[in-house]
Amino acid sequence: MRGHIGLRVGAACLALALLPVLLGIFWVPHTPNVPGPDRLAPPSTRYPMGTDWFGRDTLSRVMVGGRTSLGVAALAVLVGGLVGTALGGWAGYVGGVREEIAMRLVDTLLAFPAVLAALLLAAIWGPGLPGVATALALFNVPFFARIARAGFAALMQREFVSAARALGADGTQIVRRHVLPNLASPLLVQATVSSAAALLAEASLSYLGLGVQPPNPAWGRMLREAQGFFSLSPWPALFPGVTLALAVLGLNLIGDGIRDLLDPTFRRLTRLRPW
Amino acid sequence: MWEHLLRRLVASAGTLVIVALAVFFVLSVVPGDPARVIVGPEADPAAYRLARERLDLDRPWPARLVRWMGGLVTGSWGTSLTYDRPVAPLVAGGLTVTAPLAALALLLASALAFPLGVAAAKRPGSWLDLGTVGLAQLGTALPEFWLGILLVGFVSVRHGLLPASGFPGWESPRALLHLVLPAVALALPRAAYLARMVRAALADVLSHDYIRGARAKGVSERRLVWQHGLRNALVPVVTTAGLTMARLLAGAMVIENVFGLPGVGRLALVAVQARDLPLLAGLATTVAALIVLVSLLVDLSYGLLDPRLRHR
Repeated sequence: MRGHIGLRVGAACLALALLPVLLGIFWVPHTPNVPGPDRLAPPSTRYPMGTDWFGRDTLSRVMVGGRTSLGVAALAVLVGGLVGTALGGWAGYVGGVREEIAMRLVDTLLAFPAVLAALLLAAIWGPGLPGVATALALFNVPFFARIARAGFAALMQREFVSAARALGADGTQIVRRHVLPNLASPLLVQATVSSAAALLAEASLSYLGLGVQPPNPAWGRMLREAQGFFSLSPWPALFPGVTLALAVLGLNLIGDGIRDLLDPTFRRLTRLRPW
Repeated sequence: MWEHLLRRLVASAGTLVIVALAVFFVLSVVPGDPARVIVGPEADPAAYRLARERLDLDRPWPARLVRWMGGLVTGSWGTSLTYDRPVAPLVAGGLTVTAPLAALALLLASALAFPLGVAAAKRPGSWLDLGTVGLAQLGTALPEFWLGILLVGFVSVRHGLLPASGFPGWESPRALLHLVLPAVALALPRAAYLARMVRAALADVLSHDYIRGARAKGVSERRLVWQHGLRNALVPVVTTAGLTMARLLAGAMVIENVFGLPGVGRLALVAVQARDLPLLAGLATTVAALIVLVSLLVDLSYGLLDPRLRHR
């Protein structure tokens, strides 16, 4: 752990972005959704990140909006990761025609980037968080499914699995005790990197107006609202983007760092990154 | 080789069918009544009936499915409700903006990524290498739509250098200028990622013995890197480029909305806001099909890049 610069810098970046969001659960300096008297104020001691067109404090909105952005991204990676791992693992375990069909369906998901899936879902459910979260979760499924399938297919051939079977272990025991622990590190790395990608995708979707609805903030949504007033004041378009970029950078660096540390042999394999 | 090619073609055709089915089923399980949404709650019953008829809602879904799949093949993709025009030409019109935008971005990204990645790979651990790696990490963390907003703000609005939004149509001599800023915003994160891939793949290849052999034989450094090295590094790079292309198309759909370009992304957002389901179905199927085709092309290009794969 010591001396891995990427991991340290990544942790610092992520902490810098997470701290205001975590603090925002307990306390915010101003009410985030209520218009105030000072419009488009530059950063000051009263408004550390300035205010937007409606006089709302940008810092408070970054603190509260981050909860939505990070929450949706985390939920999407968790659900998509579990579904993908289960599906891919099952495919690698059973093999044959069923594996072929499952992976063909998973590959079809790759043809629907998060933006496209979210647009389709927004058309039938209306814009909002359920559509965005579902689209992001679906988007994450193939990456985990591929890792789990390859891992299961390879590990099931190994001697220690045959040995366990010869000793009378059943399928559940083999998967739980011998296969899944060996997949933990690649899946963990993928989850970290996927969180970064999901955060970026969530921001684009809420920028398009598909996610959280006004007056509630989310980082992407705030950038959309700031765009129209950029010539009057660039500040509202700056801070939500910086916070978002810090979080994404931190997650990417941490993902790369863990991969280097946990499993040197995995460095050789091309990791699937969702962009 | 030919067997592999044939199998990939069949598999892609299968994926295309699943894509078309998926779009149909997502848009057909609409809870609620799109016809009612379109005409409004207090509309004249005759107008409502007309809307239902135009959306083809009165027939059971299997009949509509057959018609949808048949229409995709014959080119009758239905009529857009917002534009009151056939869907297929509208989608084609959107593609004349989106495709050049994505192509321009890919060109820019490669033009940046290859020289940087190669320079970094030649001297691993040097300042140039560390700088490239750092910049690449930073670049992949930047959302392209935010870059777009900043570019519009600082380059167009502050200094009036390039057009900030809209598209005059390809007849206009200034058309390409309108694509420059969006393409830059789209290209920078992609370039960063691609540079990392080029660096990693090339550094790996350059550490092989045959490179040392070629160097000992007196092959010039330039030839060594660009021909012996990069040629072999391209297979892993192209593999990720396939995913990058999907990401590029998706990014273009977002960026178009930053710059008000009338591409497929802009049309799709309009279609969602107006619940123009026929238009959205056509757009979604087209974009998904394009992504399937690109990944097929990437797969087939392995044969060109790696002669060993041709004889399998």
